[in-house]
Amino acid sequence: MSFIGAPASWASRQERLAARADVAIELRGARASMSGRVVWSGVDLTVRPGEFVAVLGPNGSGKSTLLKAILGLVGTPPGTLSVLGLPPGAANREIGYLPQRHGYDSALPIRGVDLVRLGLDGARWGVPLPFGPGAKAAREARRRVRETIELVGACAYAKRPLGELSGGEQQRILIAQALVRSPRILMLDEPLDSLDLPNQAAVTALVQRICRERGVAVLLVAHDVNPLLPYIDQVVYLAGASALQGSVAEVITGPKLSALYGSPIEVLRTGDGRLVVVGQPEAPHVHGHRHD
Amino acid sequence: MEPTLSWDLASDARELFRYQFMAHAFEAGTIVAVLAGVVGWYMVLRRQTFAGHTVAVMSFPGAAFAALVGIPAALGYYLACGVAALAIWRSGGERRRGRGGESAAIGVVQVAGMALGFLFLSLYGGVLEDLETLLFGTFLGIDSTQVLTLLLVALFALGALALVGRPLLLASLDPEGARARGVPVSALDVGFLLLLGLTVAATAQITGALLVFALLVAPPAAAQAITARPALGLVLSVAFALLVIWLGLAFAYFSIYPLGFFVTSFGFGLYVIVTLARGLGARPPALLGGEGRRHAPKSKPTPAAVG
Repeated sequence: MSFIGAPASWASRQERLAARADVAIELRGARASMSGRVVWSGVDLTVRPGEFVAVLGPNGSGKSTLLKAILGLVGTPPGTLSVLGLPPGAANREIGYLPQRHGYDSALPIRGVDLVRLGLDGARWGVPLPFGPGAKAAREARRRVRETIELVGACAYAKRPLGELSGGEQQRILIAQALVRSPRILMLDEPLDSLDLPNQAAVTALVQRICRERGVAVLLVAHDVNPLLPYIDQVVYLAGASALQGSVAEVITGPKLSALYGSPIEVLRTGDGRLVVVGQPEAPHVHGHRHD
Repeated sequence: MEPTLSWDLASDARELFRYQFMAHAFEAGTIVAVLAGVVGWYMVLRRQTFAGHTVAVMSFPGAAFAALVGIPAALGYYLACGVAALAIWRSGGERRRGRGGESAAIGVVQVAGMALGFLFLSLYGGVLEDLETLLFGTFLGIDSTQVLTLLLVALFALGALALVGRPLLLASLDPEGARARGVPVSALDVGFLLLLGLTVAATAQITGALLVFALLVAPPAAAQAITARPALGLVLSVAFALLVIWLGLAFAYFSIYPLGFFVTSFGFGLYVIVTLARGLGARPPALLGGEGRRHAPKSKPTPAAVG
């Protein structure tokens, strides 16, 4: 989607959305489809700056698709999705995005600091010149990379090969890569996957700190809400091709989830405050669409 | 007169360049070593070695096709390697690379190419001239036109890589993230395969089709075993490739054994020495900027309670 050739109604819509600078991401009756299949439809969602929102739901419910729709990589009907008041894809330079991944090969000859640097200028063409204005820009780039690595607390291992770092260390480097351009929105796809419990808590606490200190709007995709409970402001629960948004207490309840799934669901609270969802049906397309 | 080796290095060097053909061989070898060192570094990083090998064996159908239609063999190389690069891309082997290595589809492209080569050879009816040279390389008979062509090919390929180098590295490490930032990941995938085809076709003219990896894999793999700095890795990769081809040419000139044997042996020896040193923990910490290796404890994901 672009401004060129956009319908005339866009201008007024853009003005209206820009006026609401307090909204980072807004979906109104949005629909996403991939290869002809509707992943979800009628989704309403509002994320404000400085808000930490967890995206939950069973496999194949379209959690990753939501992030890709916000990036403009998956089409949505015009006018149903805006990012910082712009159509999806137009504000991507303001988004730090961490795709779902499965760890780096131990033989990969790249250091953490190199990956963070690519987060800053990896999309640029050509070779940087080591003299004149190029040298000044390179110094500035190195400073920003160093500061970002300090921010995520990865100084001790940033210069080691990426494949030799632990899962938690890799995740901090990857968060630094997503943060190095000081984005206003941070989107993390399953960043807690394959981390042990202390690391899950540490990474989530780090994300919350960045969210609060820098006023960054955060969308974090997870398959388990429990490690996130002390940190998040809201949840978006995707299921049955639709979505619910609200606080944990509002959304993760038996009646709400039963309505979303269209079948009876029970939510149990354990003695230590953990939530357990019982009775959720298997998503119809777990295989093949796991990462879509 | 048979070239003889003495203990006087200066006279050996004079002896080495006594003939014009040897100067051409060094010029051509230097050009392809620089090209293969750089392109090979990206190929090894992108885990596309099998694609590189498949493109390399396409020199055989390329040469057979050239003989059949009566065009220069080198032109046949470039055509066949280009077609193979596109076939690998179209086969979809590339798009699945990120998840568990290269696809078997590339193997299918390889065998189809060999079959075509066999067909062309049968249609040609004759014996392919210098089949051994085609497969195992030579330093004889490289003329100045060939050197100039190699130089132009290398300048084009290195210029293109200089332009796309950073986005290509980003797209290799993080294709999803690169796409979100507007990097044309698919175009870079096919573009890099075409550059790889060009490099293989150029390198095969010195090392032969089967021994391309002496320059395209051994030096970059050795460089990547030593350092995790991208810029230093590229420089080392080129330096190793130059070392391999220069030593190979010198030894081949003074001995009765063929160039391919020496180039491959030096490439292999280099890789073995570097990986052994790495295994002994002798990797210089200054290059790595940290202590030795540490293995991450892999934890099981906790059982999902919600979602």
